[in-house]
Amino acid sequence: MIGLKANFKYNICWFIIMITGFYLMNTLIMVGLVDSFIENMFVMIWINIILATGLNLIIGFAGQFSLGHAGFMAIGAYTTAIITQKAVSIGGFYVSFIVGMIIAVIAALLVGIPTLRLRGDYLAIATMGAAEIIRIIINNMKITNGPAGMFNIPQFATWPIVYVMMCITTIVTVNFINSRGGRVIKSVREDEIAAEAMGINTTKWKLAAFVLGAATAAIAGSLHASYLQTIAPNDFGIMESISILIIVVLGGVGSVTGTFVAAVVLGVLDTVLQDFGTLRMVIYAAALILIMVFKPSGLLGTREISIRRLFSYIKRRSV
Amino acid sequence: MTTILKVDKLVKKFGGLTAVSNVSMQLNEDELVALIGPNGAGKTTVFNLLTGVISQSSGKICFREREEMISLNNKKAYQIANMGCARTFQNIRLFKNMTVLDNVLVAMTNQYKEGFFKSVLRFPSFYRTEDEILKKARALLAIFDLDKDMYKLASNLPYGIQRRLEIVRGLAMKPKILFLDEPAAGMNPEETADLTRLIRKIQKEFHITVLLIEHDMSLVMNLAERIYVLDQGKMLAEGTPNEIQQDKAVIKAYLGEEG
Repeated sequence: MIGLKANFKYNICWFIIMITGFYLMNTLIMVGLVDSFIENMFVMIWINIILATGLNLIIGFAGQFSLGHAGFMAIGAYTTAIITQKAVSIGGFYVSFIVGMIIAVIAALLVGIPTLRLRGDYLAIATMGAAEIIRIIINNMKITNGPAGMFNIPQFATWPIVYVMMCITTIVTVNFINSRGGRVIKSVREDEIAAEAMGINTTKWKLAAFVLGAATAAIAGSLHASYLQTIAPNDFGIMESISILIIVVLGGVGSVTGTFVAAVVLGVLDTVLQDFGTLRMVIYAAALILIMVFKPSGLLGTREISIRRLFSYIKRRSV
Repeated sequence: MTTILKVDKLVKKFGGLTAVSNVSMQLNEDELVALIGPNGAGKTTVFNLLTGVISQSSGKICFREREEMISLNNKKAYQIANMGCARTFQNIRLFKNMTVLDNVLVAMTNQYKEGFFKSVLRFPSFYRTEDEILKKARALLAIFDLDKDMYKLASNLPYGIQRRLEIVRGLAMKPKILFLDEPAAGMNPEETADLTRLIRKIQKEFHITVLLIEHDMSLVMNLAERIYVLDQGKMLAEGTPNEIQQDKAVIKAYLGEEG
């Protein structure tokens, strides 16, 4: 690590990478290299990145094993679906974003306050149960159209909006991790008793990480609903939570860039394998097993891809 | 001398076992006090009671805050820590996968504020507070020769340095009392000598009260102004190192009955 001024330089680099990514995508669509099928793949990868980064904040940085991420995603998705069907405008879409986030935050508080005093497996089971409760409530409400789900949701989430939202949530999460709050939640992960002895209200900080993660999941849910235009309660079951967890574990618990890499690898793998028909899930699972055997701590472990390290590597090479 | 911590008839029962019975003690400002006793005497239990990790069965602990003695009963560990009680642990509890600097910064958490939106949107004021607190942390690390290891992970430090870092982390909280739980455990004589110097230095430069649990008698007799002796959960004796060395009951507890 170096001074904050130098950090600024690397932040600018990341910013340029983000903008380049945007224009690259734009050009590829214009020249026709990216058709709607590939575009769909990219958007789903980006939504997964939002989800997995939020879950990584909870699991990898705050050390709280949550299995209920899909529940918060469902809240965002249904809020957007309901509001944009009533108020068909881009403004309604943005309002639904904020409303979805607020509901998800309230739900996260309600779930988190009693469950976050549990540890490890117990917390995983409790959060899983909470997500299931959210799903079942949605399944039985009239306004959500019950088990049939909602369709003809107006599409406001185009790929640029998803891309920009991914960038914003990532920046917010990473900035949080690299600030006072981030240091505190990491200390809670490392040793709760020691953190408590440092004057840290561990319950409060665990809750903060949980709520922030839930809010980003709601954003991902909103984008999901608005982009795909169809949602059903079963999209947000335990399997969805697990597939987000897989991205986190595969990328490396506690590595944001790892989450990016894993989401891209899995997203591309999933798309490529669609040609293989029934064998698809077998190959997918086999790939997962292989990665876990050879890279048990995930593709990147707890390390991050860092521009600073890249720079110093290039410098060393050129000398 | 003003009393900073007063313990009155403290009792802790674990089921049928009375780990601490009727322990009373008091600590004065700027004083270095040792708590000794044979294995299983209940020293660490007393520490855990004082720092709020466990709560007492009966008795009272009072801590001086703004000229007033405030009861610590029903206060949570983090609240007690925020009142100015720092501690170290018998088996080092550093934040292992965090850097030395981050370990210290975590201890300073309550000395600065960064609003959520200010930090995630990186307002200029975020950089200002961050710069300021980094400077403070670095200065503290420099006093204890830890600044060269600032960016190393705590788990990569040698054992003696880890012990030192844990003490420095406690100091970073700007405590009024520092509780040291067997700081010399597992150290070689050279490291113990270093530690003795370190504790002296802390006392002289930071003007805080230190309560120390220790088995190493050379360290205790060297440093402590006053000693409490605990045996089987009861307070056996209290006095200066000289008095304790002469005390019949203490000798009996440590060496067994004579003849």
